[in-house]
Amino acid sequence: MLNVIVEFSKYFLLFLMALFTLESFLVLNKKNEEARRSLMLKQIIVMIIFTFAAYFIMFLQSQDNQMIKMYLCNMGYILIVQVLYRLIYRKASLVLLNNMCMLLSIGFIMLSRLNFVKAYKQFLIVAASTIVSFLVPVIIRKVKLVRDLTWTYAVLGIILLLVVFVMAQLSGGAKLSISIGGVTFQFSEFVKITLVFYMAGMLQEDTSFRRVAITSVVAAVHVGILVLSTDLGTALVYFVAYVVVIYVATHKLRYPLAGLTAMSGASVAAYYLFHHVKQRVDIWKDPFSDYEYSGYQIVQALFGICAGGWFGTGLYKGSPNTIPLADKDFTFAAICEEFGGVFSICLILLCMSTFLLIVNIAMKLGKPFYRLIAMGLGAEYAFQVFLTIGGTTKFIPMTGITLPLVSYGGSSVMCTILMLSIIQGLYVLREDEDEELEAERRKKAKQKAKRAKQAKQPMRTDVRKPVSGQTGQQDTDELTRKIEEQTKKSLHW
Amino acid sequence: MNSQEKSKSKQKKASIGRQYLIVSYLFVGIFLSLIGYIVYFNVYKRDDFLNSPYNKRAASYQEEVIRGSICAADGTVLARTDVDEAGNETRVYPYNQLFAHAVGYSTSGGGGLESTESITLLTSHANPLEQVQNGFQNEKNTGDNLITTFNVNLQQAAYDAFGDNKGAVIVMKPSTGEVLVDLSKPDFDPNTISANWDTLSSDNENSPLLNRSLQGLYPPGSTFKIITSLAYLRQNLTLDGFQFNCTGELEGGGYTIHCYASTAHGDEDYTTAFANSCNSAFAQIGLSLDKASFATVADSLSFNKKIALELPSSASRFDLNAQTADALVMQTAIGQGDTLMTPMHLAMIAGAVANDGIAMTPKFMNSVTNYTGTVVKEESNQVYGQMMSAQEAAQIKELMKAVVASGTGSALNDLGVTIAGKTGSAEFSSNPDNTHSWFVGFSDTGSPDDIVVCVLAENAGAGSATAVPIARSIFASYFSAE
Repeated sequence: MLNVIVEFSKYFLLFLMALFTLESFLVLNKKNEEARRSLMLKQIIVMIIFTFAAYFIMFLQSQDNQMIKMYLCNMGYILIVQVLYRLIYRKASLVLLNNMCMLLSIGFIMLSRLNFVKAYKQFLIVAASTIVSFLVPVIIRKVKLVRDLTWTYAVLGIILLLVVFVMAQLSGGAKLSISIGGVTFQFSEFVKITLVFYMAGMLQEDTSFRRVAITSVVAAVHVGILVLSTDLGTALVYFVAYVVVIYVATHKLRYPLAGLTAMSGASVAAYYLFHHVKQRVDIWKDPFSDYEYSGYQIVQALFGICAGGWFGTGLYKGSPNTIPLADKDFTFAAICEEFGGVFSICLILLCMSTFLLIVNIAMKLGKPFYRLIAMGLGAEYAFQVFLTIGGTTKFIPMTGITLPLVSYGGSSVMCTILMLSIIQGLYVLREDEDEELEAERRKKAKQKAKRAKQAKQPMRTDVRKPVSGQTGQQDTDELTRKIEEQTKKSLHW
Repeated sequence: MNSQEKSKSKQKKASIGRQYLIVSYLFVGIFLSLIGYIVYFNVYKRDDFLNSPYNKRAASYQEEVIRGSICAADGTVLARTDVDEAGNETRVYPYNQLFAHAVGYSTSGGGGLESTESITLLTSHANPLEQVQNGFQNEKNTGDNLITTFNVNLQQAAYDAFGDNKGAVIVMKPSTGEVLVDLSKPDFDPNTISANWDTLSSDNENSPLLNRSLQGLYPPGSTFKIITSLAYLRQNLTLDGFQFNCTGELEGGGYTIHCYASTAHGDEDYTTAFANSCNSAFAQIGLSLDKASFATVADSLSFNKKIALELPSSASRFDLNAQTADALVMQTAIGQGDTLMTPMHLAMIAGAVANDGIAMTPKFMNSVTNYTGTVVKEESNQVYGQMMSAQEAAQIKELMKAVVASGTGSALNDLGVTIAGKTGSAEFSSNPDNTHSWFVGFSDTGSPDDIVVCVLAENAGAGSATAVPIARSIFASYFSAE
C-alpha cells in the first residue's frame, strides 16, 4: 500500500512542480496587476501543497519525528517571509520571491531526505540570511555612498580571496573556506557580490577603453587568484559576470568577444599547466578511466540520474546516499534520482524563469549602476546553475560548485539570498521611481491642460519624461532626492 | 522637447534593451541546451550506465521485481527464477555449465549477461494496471526477459567437441554480428556457484570464472598471418609475383625462425606459403614490410583498443615501431613476439574478411520482452567498421580458401560447404613443443547465414591437430541442422 502511495506521490509532486513552473512563466506575460496577483497566490498554494505532500511521504517512510520539525520550519519560513515581504516591501517582485521560496523548499526537502542535521543547519542559515537580507534594500536605497565605494569593493574582494589562498597554501591543502569561530565562510561567494559592485561602479558613467581596461585587469586578478586556489567553478562564474557587465555597459560586442577569446586561450593553457584542470577534463571524457578515484563521484551521480529515469524512483525509494556530496555539488543528481528527469527539467526551467525575472527587473531600472548590478548578479546566478547542472550530468567537466538555493552550503545560500534581496531592493526602487514619474506626469499634464485651456491650444498628451540619458544632471539629482523621499514613505517601519 | 529628440531617446532606450535581450537569449540557449542534454542522456545513454558493472543499485530493484528470464534465440530458457509458495526465489540454470560464462550468474558479484543486463532483468514492462494491482497487494512485478542470440544446439556441439580441453570457442554470423556460441573452458555450474565460490575464485591455475573467449589474451600464432597478409597487400597492392624458396628456416638479425616441425616447403608463391603456413616465408615478408605501416594496419583492425561489447572483454595487443629489432619483427609477422589476441577479436577480423571487409559489432542480445513476450526493445545490428576494402577482403578470402582446399585446414574440405580458414600453432612458453591450437574460419556459401568459427585450445598441439576437428564438428552440426 505504501508503495502505491509513494508511486502516486511522485506524479503528484511532479504535477505541482510543473504547475508552479508554468505559472512562474505565465506571470512574466501578464500585464494586468489583478491577474498577476491571483497567479502568485495560486503559486503559494501550490507551494504549500507541494511541501506538505513531500514531507508527508517522507514521514510515512522514515517514521521520524524530525521530519515534522523540518516541515514546520520549511512551512513557517515560507509563510513568514511571504507575510513580511507583503508588510515591509509590498512593492517587491513577489514572483521572484515565490521562485526563491520554491527553490529553497526543494533544497530543504532533499536535505531532510539525506541528512536532518544538515537540513536544520541549512534552515538556521537561511533564516538568519533572510533577516539580514531585509536590511539590504534599505541600505541600497538610503546610503548614497554605495555607488561611490567602487575601489573599496575591489580591494575588499581581492583581500578576501588572497586570505583564503594564502591560508590554503600554508595549510598545504586546497581549502576553499575559512573557519571563524566555528562558522565556515567561503569568501569567494561573497566576492561574487563585491566584484559586480566594483564593475558596476567603474562602468556606470564612463565606458572609455581605459576604464574598461582597468576593470578587466582587476577582474582578471579576481579570476586568477581563484584559478590558483583551484576554485575553477567560481572563477568561471566571475568571468561570465565580467563579460556580461562589460557588454551591457559598453554595448560593444568586441569586448565580450575579446574576453571569450582570451578565456579560451587561458583555458587551454590551464589544461596543460594545472594538473587539477587536466584531471577534470579527463574524467569528463571518460569517467570510467579512473573509476576508483577521480571518476568515482561523477559516475555515482550519473548512476543516480539513470536510476531515476523520467519520473524518478519516488522519495526514499532511491539510493541518493551513495552519491558523494549529494547534498552539495551533486544535489541535482539526487533530485533526478528520486524526483525524476521531468521534474529536474522543470527545476531548470524554474531557474531560467528566475534569471529572466532578474533581467526583466534590470531592464526596468533607471540608473546604469543599478542596471549593471542586477545584470551582473543575474548572470552569475544563471551561469552557476549551468555549471553545476552541466557538471553533475557530465554535459561539461565538473567544476565543483553548488546549485544556488537548493544545495547545502551556508555561504552559498546566504550569498544567493543576499543577491536576490539586492535585486529586490533595486526593484522596489524602480517601482518608486515609476510612481514618482507618474505623479510628475500627472502634475505636468494638469499644468499643461490648464495652459492649453488658457491659450486655447491643442493639448499634448505624451509628456512622459525619459527615465535616463537625456535628463540633465540636475534633473537626476532632483529625481534621486524625490525617490529617497518616496522611499521613506513606502517603508512601513 | 521636439519630436526628433524624442524618437532619438526612444531609439537609445531600445538599443539599451537590445543588449539585455541578447544576453537573455544566450542564457536561455544555455538553459535549453542543458534540458536537451538531459533528454538525450535519458534516451540514449541511460541504459549504458544502468547496466554498468560498477552500478550497485540493482540490489534495491530486487526488492520490487522478480528477475526476468534469459532465453536463447529460439526462446529456450537458459536462466529463470523459480518462486516457491513461501516467496523464496531461486535462480535456475537448466543447462548447468553449458552457458556458464555467456549467461553468467547473478550472485557472488555476478558474471556474464546476468551481471551486465541486471537492471534490464530487474525492470518490469508488465501491463501498468497489473503493476498498480501488484503494488496494492504488495506483490512483486515480474521483470523483463532477455532474448539472446545464442544457439543451444550449436553451443552443445561445440561443448561436446571441445571435450576436456581448456580454451574458448566463438561462433558468430559475419553479416549481423550475432554471437551463436560463446564457450569457455574450464567451466562451472552456475546453479551451485555460491556454494563453490571459494574454490572457484581461488583456482588461479585454471581460472574457471574467466570468459576466455572475450577476456583471454593469447599469442595468435599463424592465424596472425591474415593480418600480416593485409599489411603486405596494403604495401604491395598485389600478391602476384611473390616467390620464396623455403629451406625450413630463416635467419635474420641473429635470430632463426623455424617452420613448424622444420619442414622445408621448397618453392612457394604467396598462396602456397599461406596455405602451408610457412613461417620462413612470412618472416621474410615481415622484414620487407614498413614497420610503421604494419603498426597502422594493426591499429586499423582495433588492436590496443578496447572494443565496447555487452560483455566485458580485453583489448588485443600489438607493438611495433621503427626501432623494433629484426628478430622481433620476424616473430611478430608469424604471430609470436609481443602480440596477444582474444578469440573474439580474431573472429571479428575473420568475419570482416567474410563480409566484404565490414566488421559487425558482436551482438549477444536480439531483444528484450516483457514477461508475457511483448517486445520492449529490439537490438539492431551494428556495423563496427570497415576493417579492409572489399577487394582486400576478397584476396585474403582466396588465401584462406586455399588453406582448406589444400593446406593445413584440409580436414574441412569434405563438408560439402566451402570453408575458408587459417590454422595456428602458437608457442606460449620457452618450450617450442608446447603450442596453443588455433583455428579461425568461415563458411562461404554466400548466404547471410554463413558463420565464422574461432577455436582456441590451450596447449593442445598444432592447429590442425585439435582446433580444426573441433571446428569441423561445429560446421557439421550447423549445416546438418540447417
